[in-house]
Amino acid sequence: MGLSNARCGAEARSDTQACPDARTQSRTEEHAAAVGLGCAPDRPDAPVPAGTSPHPDALARANAAKGDAARTPLHVPSTQRGGNRRAVLATLIVAGLLLILVVVAGRLVWDAACVTDFSAKNLAPSLAHPFGTDQMGRDMLLRTLAGLSTSLFVGALAAAASGVLALAFALIAAFGGRVGDAVVSWLIDFVMSIPHIVLLLLISCALGRGAFGVTVGLMLTHWPSLARVLRAELLQLKSAPWLAATEALGVSRIRIALTHVVPAFVPQLVVGVVLAFPHVILHESSLTFLGFGLSLDEPALGVILAEAMGFLTAGMWWQALLPGAVLAACVLLLDHVGGLLRALSSSHAVQE
Amino acid sequence: MGRFALRELARFALLLFAVSLATFALVSLSPIDPVQANVGQQALVGVSAEKRAQLAAHWGVGVPLWERYVSWLGGVLHGDWGTSLRFNAPVAQVVGERFARSFALMATAWALSGVLGLALGMVSGARVGSTLDNVIRRCCIVLSATPAFWVGIVALMVFSVWLGWFPLGFSTPIGVDPASVTVLDRVRHMVLPALVLSLTSMPSIALHTREKVVDVMASDYVRFARARGESTTEILRRHGVRNVVLPALTLQFASIGEIFGGSVLVEQVFSYPGLGQAAITAGLGGDAPLLVGIALASVAFVFGGNMLANVLYRVIDPRVAQRGGYGLE
Repeated sequence: MGLSNARCGAEARSDTQACPDARTQSRTEEHAAAVGLGCAPDRPDAPVPAGTSPHPDALARANAAKGDAARTPLHVPSTQRGGNRRAVLATLIVAGLLLILVVVAGRLVWDAACVTDFSAKNLAPSLAHPFGTDQMGRDMLLRTLAGLSTSLFVGALAAAASGVLALAFALIAAFGGRVGDAVVSWLIDFVMSIPHIVLLLLISCALGRGAFGVTVGLMLTHWPSLARVLRAELLQLKSAPWLAATEALGVSRIRIALTHVVPAFVPQLVVGVVLAFPHVILHESSLTFLGFGLSLDEPALGVILAEAMGFLTAGMWWQALLPGAVLAACVLLLDHVGGLLRALSSSHAVQE
Repeated sequence: MGRFALRELARFALLLFAVSLATFALVSLSPIDPVQANVGQQALVGVSAEKRAQLAAHWGVGVPLWERYVSWLGGVLHGDWGTSLRFNAPVAQVVGERFARSFALMATAWALSGVLGLALGMVSGARVGSTLDNVIRRCCIVLSATPAFWVGIVALMVFSVWLGWFPLGFSTPIGVDPASVTVLDRVRHMVLPALVLSLTSMPSIALHTREKVVDVMASDYVRFARARGESTTEILRRHGVRNVVLPALTLQFASIGEIFGGSVLVEQVFSYPGLGQAAITAGLGGDAPLLVGIALASVAFVFGGNMLANVLYRVIDPRVAQRGGYGLE
């Protein structure tokens, strides 16, 4: 899984600072997506108004965009996209509702997903069983739904916990003096030096595997990249000139914290946690697939895929293909939600 | 250079020490009883109490953590990594054998992901906004959201079961004397796993490279080159590659950890007898010495990769050595 958060975060940061020019508008969108899965800049196809592109050549178009935007005042967006932020918010709400729906539906069909029917085993997808059935006659759609709801639940728990851990370490690093910063930086390097899966495997083993082991393992392994981003953010905030100005004006520390630091900082934390979510889910299913995660009797996607491995040669393609595709779709959706949330909360994108 | 090497070495030693202590502590926290896990439930009933006590003593049950760690550390310093319970062989030997097999797989996948990612990223970045760019970008995003083991399963279904192009698993043909296995056989067994493994880190390399190329193509010097009449290919060759190669190296070497993690999953899917599969066997069987050995080997592998990257920076970009730093700012 090509996911390396911290570096992207750092790069995106330097990008936004170094580029106060006309490209800032499309740049914030890049920034928005850069910390997500594989750092995907999910920019709308052409941020250039139609008609200003004399050549089909993409580069000429990019240059045209630059020239065009440079002529307009900075505070007016170069393209008029009515209610863009509202549209993003609407998409966000729909996506969020969809995810909640999956969790609720998974819980509701939980019992039905475990019902075996040996007269209907290994059926190919049909109207009665859209995803087919497995070797024990369980409906694959119901199993997949229930598995997704488990994954999302475990993922939410682990992502939230790693967010708390990341926040705690970032605070120690930023306000704990040189020693605190050195210790936290070393800890981050230490955790990141062990390949993710190996560390998860070790922690899960230490805690006796099962749901508990995998959840704690996920909590303890996903904080470093977020902590690194938050630490940099806090250090930057600490030396921000506007904070020094506010302090010189005699504003109390509590008020500074509440009105300046928290609003600048909390969106970063929330977005970081949401963007850690897809990583957590992927790792959970991987670990379960390897036999170190959720137990076999629970409907989990890792279990489903591990079982499907045994029936590959029998030509039962639906047992592996469909649940995996649904998992990937869910991860994509979560990543998209994180990107949208970042776009909405970023102060650079307010004008869009 | 000497100070740089010393500092890296000290960092490495400290890291290895910390990792060994942490893994040792984690493994001994495990509630898996080595006697029960390795003798088996059935055999345990038949084994006499003395024999059981003897086994427990052999596997160090009941000895405090620090005492076991000190004796293990003493052994390691003398070159003795302990004995694997599951493979009944010295840990160093098991890790060495398995690593050799995994290394071919990982190196192929690593090189493939780098070349593919760089090429796709450059093409995509040079034609930003085009259909080709959109296709490449979307594919990369989707690929990075797909679990590696599922990609492996689907590849097995399509290429091995359905089309029959590649074998179903293992690193050599079944039922063939190891001595008579040809190189071609080994390569045939490695192609599919290596391809799947390369897909785990390819998307992020491609997307990052694309970003850099987009930046380069929007720069003033490229505009000037265009004004001089250089074609896109020329610009990419003269300005694109040179500016992209350093960040690409960073990404390439940073992906070693991912490739290692991915190899655990891919080896499990393809029943490829490498280090990753040994890690799973060790983890499921409570084989503490082997687990510690594998963890240390993986850390050394990843650290070695990063150090190589730092050395390469100095070779490629003399400014890095002059600044006294050893990474990219």
